[in-house]
Amino acid sequence: MNETNNTGIEPDEWEPLRAYTNARIALGKTGVSVPLSESLQFRLAHAHAKDAVYSQLNLDELTTALSITGLPVYCLRSRAVSRDMYLQRPDFGRLLDTPSEEQLRQLNSPPADISIIVADGLSATAIMKNAGAVIPVLVEKIQQAGYSLAPVIVVEQGRVAVKDAIGGILQPRLAIIFIGERPGLSSFDSMGAYITYAPRPGLTDERRNCVSNIREQGLSAELAVDKLMYLIDSAFRLQLTGVALKDNNELGTSNLPKRIADSEAE
Amino acid sequence: MAYPFTIGNFTYRFADLKELLAKASPLRSGDVLAGLVADSYEERVAAQMALADVPLTNFLNETIIPYETDEVTRLIIDSHDKTAFATISHFTVGDLRDWLLSDAASTSLLQQMAPGLTPEMVAAVSKLMRNQDLILVAKKCTVVTRFRNTQGLPGHMSVRLQPNHPTDDAKGIAASIIDGLLYGSGDAMIGINPATDSPAATARLLYMLDGLRERFDMPTQNCVLSHITTTLQLIEQHVPVDLIFQSIAGTEKANASFGVNLALLQEAHDAGLSLNRGTVGNNVMYFETGQGSALSANANHHVDQQTCEVRAYAVARQFNPFLVNSVVGFIGPEYLFDGKQIIRAGLEDHFCGKLMGLPMGMDICYTNHAQADQDDMDTLLTLLGVAGINFIMGIPGADDIMLNYQSTSFHDALYLRRVLGLRPSPEFEAWLLQQGIMDKVGNRLSGSTQKQLFAALLPA
Repeated sequence: MNETNNTGIEPDEWEPLRAYTNARIALGKTGVSVPLSESLQFRLAHAHAKDAVYSQLNLDELTTALSITGLPVYCLRSRAVSRDMYLQRPDFGRLLDTPSEEQLRQLNSPPADISIIVADGLSATAIMKNAGAVIPVLVEKIQQAGYSLAPVIVVEQGRVAVKDAIGGILQPRLAIIFIGERPGLSSFDSMGAYITYAPRPGLTDERRNCVSNIREQGLSAELAVDKLMYLIDSAFRLQLTGVALKDNNELGTSNLPKRIADSEAE
Repeated sequence: MAYPFTIGNFTYRFADLKELLAKASPLRSGDVLAGLVADSYEERVAAQMALADVPLTNFLNETIIPYETDEVTRLIIDSHDKTAFATISHFTVGDLRDWLLSDAASTSLLQQMAPGLTPEMVAAVSKLMRNQDLILVAKKCTVVTRFRNTQGLPGHMSVRLQPNHPTDDAKGIAASIIDGLLYGSGDAMIGINPATDSPAATARLLYMLDGLRERFDMPTQNCVLSHITTTLQLIEQHVPVDLIFQSIAGTEKANASFGVNLALLQEAHDAGLSLNRGTVGNNVMYFETGQGSALSANANHHVDQQTCEVRAYAVARQFNPFLVNSVVGFIGPEYLFDGKQIIRAGLEDHFCGKLMGLPMGMDICYTNHAQADQDDMDTLLTLLGVAGINFIMGIPGADDIMLNYQSTSFHDALYLRRVLGLRPSPEFEAWLLQQGIMDKVGNRLSGSTQKQLFAALLPA
């Protein structure tokens, strides 16, 4: 600490502790303030997160990636017509708009065991980076296990509960929604998956199980698929999901908010 | 009863106190979402003018959530201190605003009056106040609490060190704690939001925190923010629990969504007191609150989110907490949309809590989908420092890698202490000096404790 360079920055002697955490520790200081380089790194991470919130699904690219599954893919919209509306009116993001609802009814798709849904949520970037790596592998595993699948539904400006609105129409035995999670500074591209047995409008958090942090630097596609298959099998065996479906092999999933209203963190 | 108010040729009709309070609220997204806001700018001011004329006694006679259906209402009415209220019982809400700002309203009078104020009265008066009014009155409200050190003394500002880690890795958490301590943070408490609520994992963290505290003889207190039922279980198993945490809200139904009620909080409070782990006092509870939690649980009874929040303070007040933390910007933009709304809400929460007699601190924070950034945090941080806040959050680089949101950092705390001449909790400051970590003006010293602290983690 006696060593200072000519700009007044005092590095922290405990820099080696950075090896133990991704937290922004041992940043050093100038006076009592954060050195510029660290301040700019923070701004860059925040910029990535903001850009992720305002990112959009590339529907062509996504449809192509999902078509590998051999399942039909339909692109629908929620009732939130803009990103600002989506952010302020979560209720709109949980419902399909009228044309989408109509389109879904006209599919007359026979009820399947499992319905897979994909929504932008709070980071379309997360979906564009991860959905293509996870969903085709999952579909293959699901089919190997002998479950039938409904068409894949993509929803723009969608929240987690839009799955229940779709479930009400397609009537699958179980629905999984892949959604862009609320971006943090160190993870703007994290995808979450929520599973609900017997999805229908009006269900709340305690009926869902969640696998989160699916991304390259987080939970790998392979591990995510394993966890999802475990939850799917358990859900069909117990005929339920949510708080009563405990994660008994320490999969690291969660189903309850840990802090005030953490539940809208999708 | 109805509250009509005429402006020019038009008479606005507000059906009851609940509607009047909602429409008098400064605009925020959560009230829009709930469908409770004034239809025009004029209607909002009409509601504020009508509210100013309402006698305070009306709040005792007209409950906004029925006494019969809500235990928080019952608590508010049953615990109202009529003696404390007597000196202002003839006031209207408007009179109260003017009196609070007057020189007659001294710190000691405000402290005596606190039990005579109901949350609805406090919410109402805050809706008539500008930001500077909220700051000026809050500054006069001194609320001192004690456990292993003293919080809330004028001229002091503490920091809750929050060393979260996405997998609760003990070394990762310890690394952040050491960083915080060496930056002079951690006097409000060292508090971890655990990644899982498993009792075993929570116990492991509590033993780790207690070991570190004992080894370095730190005059501070620890908390792992698990559900209160988990904490109760751990107390039975003699795990070293200092402070008992719980998130609370302002209606019975919202509290039920958190899995708590007043009886359970009472049980936990009694259990905490029985441990006698405090050295300079025995305030054992730590509560977190935040505007929007009642609505997000579909439990707001059409009451505006700020009034619901102040009702949560009535719950907190019942249990003599060591610290109360409004997690102001955490819930998201559907409740507080942007920096302006977060700053206003932060000043309201701090003012209302302090006026109710609570040791208010704040998690000055935002999520990445809100229209806010670190400049907004700097503004609210500075305003709350001027308003005399008891404590703020200290998170490495202001970036919580477990909860994925941004708050205030160890550096931010040093900034506030320096620009406003604030000092840590006295017992903790003495420890910082004795250990050679910091001097009285927050300059870092070079001492052996630093090396010992981080050597504790590093392989030899």
